[in-house]
Amino acid sequence: MRSCSVPKRSCLWAEMFPRLLSDVIYPSQCHLPKTCWRRSSTAPVSNVRPLPSQAHVVICGGGIVGSSVAYHLSKLGWTDVVLLEQGRLAAGTTRLCGGIVSTVKHISIETMMADYSNKLYQQLEQETGVQTGYIQTGSISLAHTQDRLISLRRLVSRLQVMGIPCDIISPKQVAQLHPLVNIHDLVGAMHVPGDAVISPPDVVQAFVTAAVHNGVQIYEGASVNHVMVEKGHVTGIETDRGHIDCEYFVNCAGQWAYELGLMSEEPVSVPLHPCEHFYLVTRPLEQGLRPDVPVIMDLDGRIYVRNWQGGVLSGGFEKNPKPIFTEGRNQLEFQSMLEDWDHYEPLLSALLRRMPSLESTEILQLVNCPESFTADMRCIMGESAAARNYFVLAGMNSSGTSFAGGAGKYLAEWMVHGYPSANVWPLDIKRFGVLQSSRTFLRHRVMEVMPLIYELKVPRWDFQTGRQLRTSPLYDRLDAQGARWMEKHGFERVKHFVPPGRDLLELDQSKTFYKPDWFDIVGAEVTCCKEAVCVIDMSSFTKFELSSSGGQALEILQHLCSNDLDVPVGHIVHTGMLNDRGGYQNDCSVVRLNKRSFFIISPTDQQVHCWSWLKQHMPNDSQLQLEDVTWKYTALNLIGPRAMDVLSELSYVPMTPDHFPSLFCKEMSVGYANGIRVMSMTHTGEPGFMLYIPIEYALHVYNEIMNVGQKYGIRNAGYYALRSLRIEKFFAFWGQDLDTFSTPLECGREFRVKFDKGTDFIGRDALLQQRQEGVCRRFTMFILDDHDTDLDLWPWWGEPIYRNGHYVGMTTSSAYSYTLARHVCLGFVHQYEEGTGAKLVVNPDFVNRGDYEIEIAGQRFRAKAKLYPFSSLFTQKRRKDEMELSSFQGK
Amino acid sequence: MSNGRSACAPGGLLVLLSRVGARGRGEEFLLSRAVTGRFVPVDGGRPAAAAGGGDRHSPRTGKEGGRQARKPALGEPDEEARALVTECRCRRDWDAGRSLSYCPLYPEEMLVPIHLLFPVLRNGEMSKVYVTACRYHIFQNYLSTQINWQAAVRSLRKTFLRPFFKWSKAEDLFGHFCSRNYRTTIVQFYNLTPPQVNSILKANEYSFKVPEFDGKNVSSILGFDSNQLPSNSPVEDRRCAATCLQTRGMLLSVIDGHAGCACAQAVSERLFYYIAVALLNQETLLEIENAVENGRVVLPLLQWHKHPIDYFSKEASKMYFDSLRTYWQELIDLHTEETPDVMEALTNSFKRLDNDISLEAQVGNNNSFLNYWQLRVAFSGATACVAHIDGLDLHIANAGDSRAVLGVQEEDGTWSALTLSNDHNAQNEKEVERVKSEHPKSEVKSIIKQDRLLSLLMPFRAFGDVKFKWSIDLQKRVLESGPELLNENECTKFFPPNYHTPPYLTAQPEVTYHKLRPQDKFLVLATDGLWEILHREDVVRIIGEHLTGVHLQQPLSVGGYKVTLGQMHGILMERRDRISSAFEDQNSATHLIRHAVGQNEFGAIDHERLSKMLSLPEELARMYRDDITVTIVQFNSHVISTHYKHNTEN
Repeated sequence: MRSCSVPKRSCLWAEMFPRLLSDVIYPSQCHLPKTCWRRSSTAPVSNVRPLPSQAHVVICGGGIVGSSVAYHLSKLGWTDVVLLEQGRLAAGTTRLCGGIVSTVKHISIETMMADYSNKLYQQLEQETGVQTGYIQTGSISLAHTQDRLISLRRLVSRLQVMGIPCDIISPKQVAQLHPLVNIHDLVGAMHVPGDAVISPPDVVQAFVTAAVHNGVQIYEGASVNHVMVEKGHVTGIETDRGHIDCEYFVNCAGQWAYELGLMSEEPVSVPLHPCEHFYLVTRPLEQGLRPDVPVIMDLDGRIYVRNWQGGVLSGGFEKNPKPIFTEGRNQLEFQSMLEDWDHYEPLLSALLRRMPSLESTEILQLVNCPESFTADMRCIMGESAAARNYFVLAGMNSSGTSFAGGAGKYLAEWMVHGYPSANVWPLDIKRFGVLQSSRTFLRHRVMEVMPLIYELKVPRWDFQTGRQLRTSPLYDRLDAQGARWMEKHGFERVKHFVPPGRDLLELDQSKTFYKPDWFDIVGAEVTCCKEAVCVIDMSSFTKFELSSSGGQALEILQHLCSNDLDVPVGHIVHTGMLNDRGGYQNDCSVVRLNKRSFFIISPTDQQVHCWSWLKQHMPNDSQLQLEDVTWKYTALNLIGPRAMDVLSELSYVPMTPDHFPSLFCKEMSVGYANGIRVMSMTHTGEPGFMLYIPIEYALHVYNEIMNVGQKYGIRNAGYYALRSLRIEKFFAFWGQDLDTFSTPLECGREFRVKFDKGTDFIGRDALLQQRQEGVCRRFTMFILDDHDTDLDLWPWWGEPIYRNGHYVGMTTSSAYSYTLARHVCLGFVHQYEEGTGAKLVVNPDFVNRGDYEIEIAGQRFRAKAKLYPFSSLFTQKRRKDEMELSSFQGK
Repeated sequence: MSNGRSACAPGGLLVLLSRVGARGRGEEFLLSRAVTGRFVPVDGGRPAAAAGGGDRHSPRTGKEGGRQARKPALGEPDEEARALVTECRCRRDWDAGRSLSYCPLYPEEMLVPIHLLFPVLRNGEMSKVYVTACRYHIFQNYLSTQINWQAAVRSLRKTFLRPFFKWSKAEDLFGHFCSRNYRTTIVQFYNLTPPQVNSILKANEYSFKVPEFDGKNVSSILGFDSNQLPSNSPVEDRRCAATCLQTRGMLLSVIDGHAGCACAQAVSERLFYYIAVALLNQETLLEIENAVENGRVVLPLLQWHKHPIDYFSKEASKMYFDSLRTYWQELIDLHTEETPDVMEALTNSFKRLDNDISLEAQVGNNNSFLNYWQLRVAFSGATACVAHIDGLDLHIANAGDSRAVLGVQEEDGTWSALTLSNDHNAQNEKEVERVKSEHPKSEVKSIIKQDRLLSLLMPFRAFGDVKFKWSIDLQKRVLESGPELLNENECTKFFPPNYHTPPYLTAQPEVTYHKLRPQDKFLVLATDGLWEILHREDVVRIIGEHLTGVHLQQPLSVGGYKVTLGQMHGILMERRDRISSAFEDQNSATHLIRHAVGQNEFGAIDHERLSKMLSLPEELARMYRDDITVTIVQFNSHVISTHYKHNTEN
C-alpha cells in the first residue's frame, strides 16, 4: 500500500534536496568508495568494504544526531569511532525534517543545547567547507492570548539572561518583519533574531566530512543486529556484515532506537515512539519570499512556517496525532508514508488564517515525516542503566535539528569525561524506569505529548494518559475522599484533597499562571499540618535495602555517602551520595536497621539512577545484597504536633521527643499490625513521623490512624501542602533544586559532610578543595516582598534572580508559604565578574548584602534573601545534627 | 349538558369535544367522552342534550382505528391540519366541590386536533387530556410565526396563573412561562443540545455484522443497521432480524402496527418461525416433531438479532408454540418431498399466521389474560415487509404499506433506487382494482372512501384487523363472550360502515424476487413513516453517501496537479463536513432518520429543526411524523461479484 507512492516521493526528493543528490562534496583524503554512498538501500550489497573487526566506539545511526556525536567525539580526540547506518546517511527524519534551529525551548538545558547547535552550524561551513544552508532568519513566536504572552514573557526573561537576544514585540512589528502574517488577532509576539534555518542533510554532510577527516569511519548499509553485553559492560556488536568488538556503543537510531534497545543482551529501554508529522511545501510565491524571512511559530494555531526556496514550508502539531506502528525493524529507511490531507486540514486552516495571501499559492507536496516523541517531551540521553558504556541519544521530539549539535557535544563529553559539562538530568535516560517502556503506554502517551509541544506550558501540568500504573494500596480510599492526582515516575501521588461540596475547575480551565483554584484547599491542609495532624501517602519514594553478612554494607555506604553512617542502630542519617566532583548524585536518608543492614530512602525519580549508581560502585560480592523494596512498603507521613498523640494511642508507647527523639527509627506495632518502621522525620521539617508499612497492612494502619486521629482533627493532605511546607523550611529536593553539580557546601549542608569520618568517600577531595577555595554559588531562599498573591503572576521555577540589578542566578523551585503569607523561592546565587562573566566566590556576606529582585515574566519583584531557614519556625526538639545546624547558623 | 355533567364520575371532569367545520359538515356529531367512559354528544361546538351514555352516535368515531391522512409540516400546520383542529373545551366541575391536583389549570377554550386526544382517550387517561391540550396550545403558539406574542403572553398569564398551579405536573412544563422573559424561555425549553439529540436518535439503534471466519466473509451480507424513532407511545412499529439456522438465509422485517401495538408485537414474535418452518424440508420437520414428542432438545430454528427493547412476551409463547406445532404437523402430513419454494413458503406462512391469529381469538383461552391478549392482537392490525436473503436470492414479501428499496450504485458512482415491493394502499391502482374485484359491484363506491378501506383503514393488506375480516355476527359473539376489559376499549365497539361482504382485508403478501447483482449495495426496509417524509431516491442517496463516506472515502493526493492552498482547503472543508456528519452516526439507519427528521429544504441537517422535532411532546409527535423504523442491509459486493465470476467461468 505504501510502496505505491514511492516513485512520487523520489521525484520530490530530487526536487527538494537537489544538493544531496547532486555531487557529494568530499575531502580528497576520503577513503570511502563512492559506491557506498550511491547505493540504494534495497539494492543487493556488492562491492562494499568489510567492516573493521574492532573499534573503540560504535555509533548506530547516520542521521544528524549520530553524525553529531561522531563529530564531537572526534573533536575530543576519540577517533577510533565507527558509525554504522543501515541505509544511507541522512535518509530518515533528518532528510525530511523542516530544518529549523530555534532556542525557544522550555527547559534551560534544551535552550543551551539549541544555542550551542546554532553557533556550531553557523561556523560549520567555514570549518568543513560543506555548505549547510544556514541562514540566520530569526524566529517569531506568536501569541493569540494573554496567557500565551505571559508564557512568552517568561521565556524572554529566561533566554535573555542566558545570553540569547530576544524580545517581546508588538503585532505591528511582526507585520514589519514578515510580509505574510495576518496580525489582527495577535496580542504580541516573541522575536528571537538569532534563530536560524539549515538544510539538515547538508549539516550531516558537514559533520561527516569533519569526522572522517579526523579519522572516524563511516559505513552505510550496515545494520546492527545485536549488542553484546558481558558483566554489565558493552563488549561488541553483531551486524549484518559481521562482528565488531567495541567498548562503547551509541544508540542514535532515532525512530528505531526503541527496537534497537531491545536487541541487546541486556534489553535497554528507550521510551520513545514515532508519530507521523505532516508539513506542507509550496511552490515559490509569485512575488517570492526573501530567504531571510523569519520563521513563524504560531503556537496557538499549532503551526510553524519557514521560507522554502521562495515558497513556504509549514507543519504543525495537531491535536490528534497518528502514531506509527513499526513492529520490528523491517524498514531499512523511511519508506514514503502516505500524505493525509484530511488529517492535515486543521493545520492548513490555521496556516490560511495566519497567512491568508497564501490561498493562491500552489502546493508542491505534503510531506509525511516520522518524528520520535518521548514519554515526557524531553529527549533521551546518556548511559543506560542496563549496560555500562551503552549510550543513547534519541527521541528529539521534533527538535532534532535544534538539539543535535548540543546533544552530540554533551554525549561526547559524557563518554570521554564521564559526565557532560552541564546538568543534563532532565534528559538523562535514567529518569525512566522499565514501566515507561511498554508499547501501549508509549503509544498513548506520545499522542498526548505531540500536541503538547505547542500547547501552553503552565505550572503544575500533569500528563493525563498512561496514568494509574503504579498506585499505593490506599489509592481507592484516598480517591473516594476527593484526592486529585499527579504522577511522578509513573506513581500516582495526591496533589490535594477536594473537600466534599467543593468543585474545582475543569482541567482545561484550571490552567493559569496566577493563583490556582486550589489555593484555599492546600492552605487548609497546611494549617492542619501546622496545628493538628495530617497524613500524606508518600509511597512513591524509592526504597532500597542494603545488607551484608559482615561489615561490607557499612563499608560501601561510608564510601558512597558524605555523612558518617557508623551510627547506633536505629538512627537516621540524612546524607548525600556525591560524585567525584562533590556534586549530589543522590540525596537520601539512610536508616541503620541493624549492624549489617541499611534502609535507604531516596526521591521517587531516583529509582533507576540511584540503583545504577549503587550497583556501579558495589564490589562483586555475593555477601552484599541490594534490594529494591519500593513496592514492599507503603509510606504514610504523619505531619503535625498531634502526630505523636495519634501514634502513641495506636501503639501504647509514648512517642514524646524524650522517648522517641527526632531522626530515629523503631520497629513497632500500630493497631493490629506489627513490624511497622516508624521514623521520626517528615521530609518537611515539621514534627511528625514516617511510617513504612508492609503493603498488606497499609489499609488497616491507615484506617486505624484515621479513626484514632479524628479526635485530634486529622485530615488527608497532598504533595502541594508538603511542597509548601518543605520550601518554607528551606528544604532542598534532589532533582528540583539539587543536581549532580551542586555540592553540600553550596547549599549550606556542610554539617552533613564528615570529612574526618575515617573513610575516603567519593567527592571528598573535591569538597576539601572547594572548602579551601570557597563556593561559587550559594543556595538561597528568597521571600517575595511586594508580590500580590491574588493579582500577580506566581513564580514557578526558572525565574532569573537579580542582585543590585545584576543577574546572579535562577530559581529552582517556589511555593506559597501559608505561614509567612508570602511566596518563597529557592535558587542559587552566583557572582559573575563584570565584563568577563567569570564565576567568583560567593560568601555569605555577598548574599546577605544585596538587594534582590525576582523577575517573573518580565516583572521584577523585590525579595529578601536568606541563607538559613527561619529558626523561629522550629519548635521541635533537636538532635545532634540539628544542634550543629543551629550552631552553624550562629556563625 | 346537565345530563353530561351528572354522568361525570367523582373525578368531576367533563371534556367536551366537538368537531368544528370539518369540510363544511359542522352538523356532524363527534365524540365526547368523560372519565366514566360515557359519551356526551356535542353539536356544532355547542353542548347539546346528552343522549344515552355509551351509545354510538356517529360512524365517524371509528376514525381512530385508521391512520392519519397526512402529517402537517412542522411550523406551518397546513389546511388539512387546520381542518382537523377541534375545539376542546375543558371545564372543571366546581359543582363537584373537588379540586383535582393533577389537573388544576385549564384555559377557557383551546383548539386541539382531536386525533391528538385519541390515544389518551383510548387509554382512559383523562388527566392527560388537559396536559395534551395545553401542550398543543403552547406548541402551536410557539411554532406559529403569525402569532401575536403580546396577546399570547397575556392569555397565558391569565390562563396559568391560577391556584394549585404549583402542584401541577404541568408546572415543569409551563413554569417558565411566568418568568420575565417569556419568549426565550419557551424556546429554551424545547432546545435540545446535540448530545441530547444524539441520545434520542441513538436510543434504539442496533447493528449487526455478519461474523467473518478466517478473515473472510463468505456471506453476501456484510451486516445490517437498524433503528427506530417512536412517535406513538408506546411505539407501534416493530422490527426483527434473524438468521435461519436449519436453512440458509437471513430474515429481516419491519412491521407497522395500527390501533395499538398488540398485533405488531405478535407478528414480530411469530412470523419468522412460521417462515422458518415453511422453509424446512420434510426430514428436518420430522426430526423436530420427534424431538418435541419425546421431550428432547429441539433444533433451534432461528438466531435472533435483537435490540434490548425488542422484547418477546413470555406468557403467550406456549400458545404460539402450539399453533406453530400444528402448522408443521400439517406440513408433515402434506408429504412434499422436494425442498419448499421460498416464494410459496413466504406466502403460506403469512396467510397461516393471520389465520392462526384469527382462530385463536375465536376459540378463546382459559387464561383470562391470554384471552384478552388474543383479542387485542386480533382487533389491532399490522402490516409487514419481510426480506429473505440467501446468497444471491433476495425475496421480499410485503403486505401493507411498508416498503423495500434497493440501493444501486451505477458504475459512475451515482446512486439510484430500485423499489422491490408494491404498497398496498389507495395509491396503488392494481391494489384498488383487486379490492374492488373481490366484492360485489354494489359496494364499489363505498369500499374505498377517502383513500381508505371502508373509509377507515389505509393499508389494504394487514395482519389482524378482524373487524375487516369477520362477519358482524362473529365479531359480536366474540366480543360478548370476551373479557370485560376489552369493552373498555371503545375501538372494538363499532363496526366499519357499509360492511356487507367480509372479508375486506387479507394478509396475503405480494412476494417479489430479485437476484442480487454486484452493483446492489444495500437494501432499505422501512415503514411508511419514513417514506412519507423522504423520497426513495433521497433515501438511497443519503445512505449511499454515508456508507461510502465512512468506508470508501478515497485519500486525497495532489499528484502532479496544480492545486492552490485555497482550493485544497475548500475541498478539505467540504470533505470534513461530510465525514463529520457521517461519523456522528456509525449506524446508517440513525443517519437516515436524522436526515428524515432534521433535514431542511437544502438537504442539510438543521439542528434546530431536529431539536424541535425530537422534543415534541408525545401527544404531538404523532401529528408530525409516524413511527419510523428502518433496517438497512448492506451487501457484500465482493462476494456477490465472485459468484458471478464463478458462474461465467463454469
